[in-house]
Amino acid sequence: MGFLLRRVLLSLPIMLGVALVCFALVHLAPGDPLVSVLPPDASAALQEQLRQLYGFDRSYPEQFLSWIWRALQGDLGTSIATNRPVSAEVMKAVSNTFMLACVATAIGFVLGALSGFVAGYFRNSWVDRLATTLAVVGVSVPHYWLGMVLVIIFSSQLMWLPATGAGPGGSSDWTWDWEHVKHLILPALTMSVIPMGIIARTLRALVAEILAQEFIVGLRAKGMTELGIFFHVVKNAAPTALAVMGLQLGYLLGGSILIETVFSWPGTGFLLNSAIFQRDLPLLQGTILVLALFFVVLNLIVDMIQSALDPRIQRS
Amino acid sequence: MKLAPTPEASTLQLGAIAFAIALGALTAPLAAQEKVLRIAMTAADIPRTLGQPDQGFEGNRFTGIPMYDALTHWDLSKADAPSVLIPGLATSWAVDAKDRTKWVFKLRPGVKFHDGSEFNADAVVWNVQKVLDKAAQHFDPSQIGVTTSRMPTLRSARKVDNLTVELSTSEPDAFLPLNLTNLFMASPAHWAAKLAAVPASVSDPAERTKQAWAAFAADASGSGPFRMARFVARERLELAANKAYWDPARAPKVDRVVLLPMPEANARTAALLSGQVDWIEAPAPDAIAQIRQRGFTVYSNAQPHVWPWQLSFAEGSPWLDRRVRHAANLCVDREGLQKLLGGMMAIPKGTVPPGHPWWGNPKFDIKYDVAAARKLMGDAGFSAAKPLKVKVQISASGSGQMQPLPMNEFVQQSLKQCYFDVDFDVIEWNTLFTNWRKGAKDPSANGANATNVSFAAMDPFFAMVRFTSSATVPPTSNNWGYFVNKEFDDLIAAARTSFDDKARDAALARLHARIVEESPFVWIAHDVGPRAMSARVKGVVQPRSWFIDIAPMSLQ
Repeated sequence: MGFLLRRVLLSLPIMLGVALVCFALVHLAPGDPLVSVLPPDASAALQEQLRQLYGFDRSYPEQFLSWIWRALQGDLGTSIATNRPVSAEVMKAVSNTFMLACVATAIGFVLGALSGFVAGYFRNSWVDRLATTLAVVGVSVPHYWLGMVLVIIFSSQLMWLPATGAGPGGSSDWTWDWEHVKHLILPALTMSVIPMGIIARTLRALVAEILAQEFIVGLRAKGMTELGIFFHVVKNAAPTALAVMGLQLGYLLGGSILIETVFSWPGTGFLLNSAIFQRDLPLLQGTILVLALFFVVLNLIVDMIQSALDPRIQRS
Repeated sequence: MKLAPTPEASTLQLGAIAFAIALGALTAPLAAQEKVLRIAMTAADIPRTLGQPDQGFEGNRFTGIPMYDALTHWDLSKADAPSVLIPGLATSWAVDAKDRTKWVFKLRPGVKFHDGSEFNADAVVWNVQKVLDKAAQHFDPSQIGVTTSRMPTLRSARKVDNLTVELSTSEPDAFLPLNLTNLFMASPAHWAAKLAAVPASVSDPAERTKQAWAAFAADASGSGPFRMARFVARERLELAANKAYWDPARAPKVDRVVLLPMPEANARTAALLSGQVDWIEAPAPDAIAQIRQRGFTVYSNAQPHVWPWQLSFAEGSPWLDRRVRHAANLCVDREGLQKLLGGMMAIPKGTVPPGHPWWGNPKFDIKYDVAAARKLMGDAGFSAAKPLKVKVQISASGSGQMQPLPMNEFVQQSLKQCYFDVDFDVIEWNTLFTNWRKGAKDPSANGANATNVSFAAMDPFFAMVRFTSSATVPPTSNNWGYFVNKEFDDLIAAARTSFDDKARDAALARLHARIVEESPFVWIAHDVGPRAMSARVKGVVQPRSWFIDIAPMSLQ
């Protein structure tokens, strides 16, 4: 219990530090935060007037304290460009990215696990070489490029799947029917190639290692069928596979600016892209803060689970 | 005598009836099917819908002009003539002969906002107050930036009678009717309803106003040919036809318009090719041939847009010698550049093209003449052995910047043959934009003596005044290069105080001619605003404007 309390308390200064870094980074970047509401020919008087109205004439510490105080109350401010609350914008984007990341992870896990097991089981065969090549390609290929290639093939040429968007009426009326799901296929497939490659490579090595262990020799000596041995291998490899999948899901939940921009998918990456180009500081720092805090919380949960599974971690 | 039908005839008749029924069943839904025009914009977000759009002129194009009216409009009905000012919600206007800071606008009778409320003088006063009167309940800071800088002299509005309004300016300003194309009329009654719906628990008046405007943006009401029907933040805006629009020439021919933000050029192109949209703005340049090959139509026309190098006149600048400025203008191979861009640029002869009311027949002819350019450079003391070093601040991308890197590199090579040694300072677009306000003498110029920021040349202030007036040097406005000359101040004053349209245009033509002759810019290109559309879209007129009118378009 003491460990958990200590870990939670330790997260608080981390969160504050994350907030400070978010604030500092967006203010250090060049460009005028009022660029979206202030044309380039705006007079100096008008610039000053707007700077005062938006509170950018105050000192950085003042601006930071005011922002963090409101953030603690759940108010991330208002987007300069749209005048809409940042919290609502971020939460909607997070839910869209969550959906995309979950589907991409599922595809990546199924394909990655399948090819990893097969490659590990038939090591040094042509199947292994094929699966390994696919895994290396999956990890190495720039995913925005792959996204464009998939769009050219399946949207522009074959016209089977839509090129962009999150459904015929946008993401707000999302339902799990074909009209909507077909918008998800290409971005999810593109996003899945990296986790697929990583899971495949991890499992290939793991399965080969398990197959070389003495208990497998023992099982074979006892006359167990290959199917039975396969289940033993799966059982032993599953925890690692799940751990890798969890890490990949966490990584994908951060969104992908490139993939979401290529497919105009209204997630956190698309939102960040828009906020960066519009120099919409409240939106930018709000989105980064939510994503960063998400990782802090995710790490906290992982620490807690690990310590519950392995008490030695608490003692260390 | 009555003839009994033969078995064959009876079968034929039955077949014909069955065919007619089947055809009717098939065509009836088609006839009743809603005609939806789907447009992919270059914007990363839907431009603001509350009356004063953001996202530059793309905002005015898609959420300004279709949803709202202004007192004055641009004529967008012709592709082969300059887009000129025409009456909008005002039927006529005139300056007060005794006090030339006052204008009287007569308003169009019988116009209603989409919510059914009446457009009148009170509505005009209310819309002026929303951006100029801090004491007004509906004053909105988020709208003033994109509005007041486009009508820098407007100060207030006063109701004379229900259909007459008096506008006041800070100084005599003949440009006011042109500037007013940027003030869109939102419905005061609809806004009042939104304010009344703000929960009573919100007690801060400023916060109540902010929430009312946010609600208005989500369910707006103007008087334009299209009304807001559905809004999904950052994803889509649906506009429905306003069947009761006051101008029969602009009565919408499609039932619905869907606007989708798609900032990535390849994504837009794929969306068009896959049939997901009917119209894309700015297709990927290297896909234009494929787009045409697949049966789509690519529209383009010279826009009032200038892609220049704006030159520094600060002390020590290499551009202080007019011979050098003329040499640079004569040494750019614009036809070669046009080829590089697949034809997607127009060749400039100045800020406005010949034939424009502000053209003015300048004595200096901007063309490609390497021999003449070399001679001028020789006279100025430069040669291949002794080239002139110049440094230009440019961006790698940016709104309106076309393809800045290959274009600038092409110009660099072109100028090399006339003894220019061009160096670039490549910076991020928003930084370049911000530096534009700071001027050539500011440290942000980083030693550059020219800057490459493209600009709109719709009205005289944007096109000419802000670059050539002593009153617009940094930090006031965009006279980045400190081009200061009393003659130009006098020409500007003459144009500003010429209240007859023809006299004003003549004064602006004199100003333009002198600008070309003095060359504070190297004029390199005009954008042609390429957009690709499905062959189903009919009635498309791409005017010589940043804007385009959706209302007269139809879908087959």
